[in-house]
Amino acid sequence: MPDDRDKKVAVLGAGMHEWGKWGRPFVEYGLAAARDAMADAGLGWRDMQFVSGADTIRNGYPGFVSGATFAQALGWTGARVSSVYAACASGAVAIANARAQILAGLCDVALVVGADTTPKGFFAPVGGGDRKNDPDWLRFHLMGATNPTYFGLYARRRMDRFGATEEDFAQVKVKNARHGLANPYARYRKEVTVDEVLASPMVADPLRLLEICATSDGGAALVLTSMEFARRHAGGAEPLVTIDAVSTVTPAFPNTVIEMPNFSTDSAAATGGPDAGNSGAAVAAAGFRPSIATAAYAEAGIGPEDVSLAEVYDLSSALELDWYEDIGLCGEGEAEKLLRDGATSLGGRVPVNPSGGLSCFGEAIPAQAIAQVCECVWQLRGTATGHQVEGARVAVTANQGLFGHGSSVLLSR
Amino acid sequence: MAGTTQVPAIDGWFTTGDAGAAPALLGSRCTECGTYAFPAEQSFCRNPDCSSTTFETVELSRRGRIWSYTDARYQPPPPYVAADPYVPFCLAAVELAAEKLVVMGQVVPGVTVDDLTVGDEVELVVDTLYSEDGTDYLVWKWRPIGTTAIGEA
Repeated sequence: MPDDRDKKVAVLGAGMHEWGKWGRPFVEYGLAAARDAMADAGLGWRDMQFVSGADTIRNGYPGFVSGATFAQALGWTGARVSSVYAACASGAVAIANARAQILAGLCDVALVVGADTTPKGFFAPVGGGDRKNDPDWLRFHLMGATNPTYFGLYARRRMDRFGATEEDFAQVKVKNARHGLANPYARYRKEVTVDEVLASPMVADPLRLLEICATSDGGAALVLTSMEFARRHAGGAEPLVTIDAVSTVTPAFPNTVIEMPNFSTDSAAATGGPDAGNSGAAVAAAGFRPSIATAAYAEAGIGPEDVSLAEVYDLSSALELDWYEDIGLCGEGEAEKLLRDGATSLGGRVPVNPSGGLSCFGEAIPAQAIAQVCECVWQLRGTATGHQVEGARVAVTANQGLFGHGSSVLLSR
Repeated sequence: MAGTTQVPAIDGWFTTGDAGAAPALLGSRCTECGTYAFPAEQSFCRNPDCSSTTFETVELSRRGRIWSYTDARYQPPPPYVAADPYVPFCLAAVELAAEKLVVMGQVVPGVTVDDLTVGDEVELVVDTLYSEDGTDYLVWKWRPIGTTAIGEA
């Protein structure tokens, strides 16, 4: 096995297109982000040896071959491409592919791009016709179970198990809205009060409209290079930020938490509790979501106590609280206390979603995990004006895509 | 308008309780390791240490306890077939003790989230999911034990 130091890649460039709802071709957003990332790195398009695209499944064929789509839009140069789909974790898998190419010595410089254009309202199954073997189609047809249905189940369970209140959930939204105020890439830049959150319409009890993430257009991109290339290359921003670990784990059987888009959990009848699986840690016994960041920490050889900030997937306000525990910022059932104490607000011990999170962005699926990393890069460089975590040294992202896609990226400077 | 013909909205996922028998979900049980699955698995066992290819179809427990619950205040998009006007409904994830798994489903009409608590016992019934062209399409739903709200199928 190579030394842990050999697993680092450098992030020379980060770029984003503002999140919003314009309905323009997703390629536009991806290109704007890619050009910003390359300019940030002080490199040109012809320097990119590998293009790693995160796919969108709501924009026809070009979305399924996103790596080639972006490469063609930038002008064919013969660069090699990869196009991956892993639901909400697509961006992280695109990062993992680029990183693997670099670590294997197959290329020195890679461009990672994800962008999306989304329809209005609830996400519905993709594609027409009856698909009675597709759980994502069937859950809408047989149960009317939307994505917020699953968020509602988790939120209600949190209230029952740990005494979380509707005010706690609303407070997450209030915090993130404040964080996103100064973020030029955020779609929603408006402060809200607890009362305003609690006065917004109920969508999936106990979650209200202002607590459930919207669907957005947006794009994000990164320029990743080998450590050796980064040392040779002058012109990038200082300090140098590195990606130290990327986790793309799947659940370990039996996964006993109900997940989108499933009708049921695995059965633990034959085997007892979840096993440790291949995620590299016995902590997998605690379930899938906690195993996601645990695998990243293990790969980088650090722990949650080293983290300065986190960007987590707040598909709902309540889900952000689950993540506090799942990424090890506190013990099970302690997230509400961490929130109430202000530890996860800017100025607190370990700010969570200093970008404003999905709460301020809405979800542009293939861009989102990349956007989390962009935010971490700017935080670690100290350039996140208006929402900077002072003295940030280590950042972690966490995200989960349906059909069993975990993702977590660890960065440091 | 309610139809006169009644058919399951999906084949092979549940029994409708004809001839006085109680309705039940149809799952699979691996003949080698005993792992259950719903909906039923036909060709592979989800247990990574089991390579069995033979499964028996079994009726799952008709009663379980609520793992969590929520509701749908806004009309879900197609392929959900909503009544006009739309009537919100509850959903529950229900833990089956014997099978050690959690199964989702709608809760019968007339129940609101205020009637539900995590840990409550519920039982499976079969009820109309939607009606179209003179046919009622049926699905499984959960009914709290000891309430008067009932499905009609």
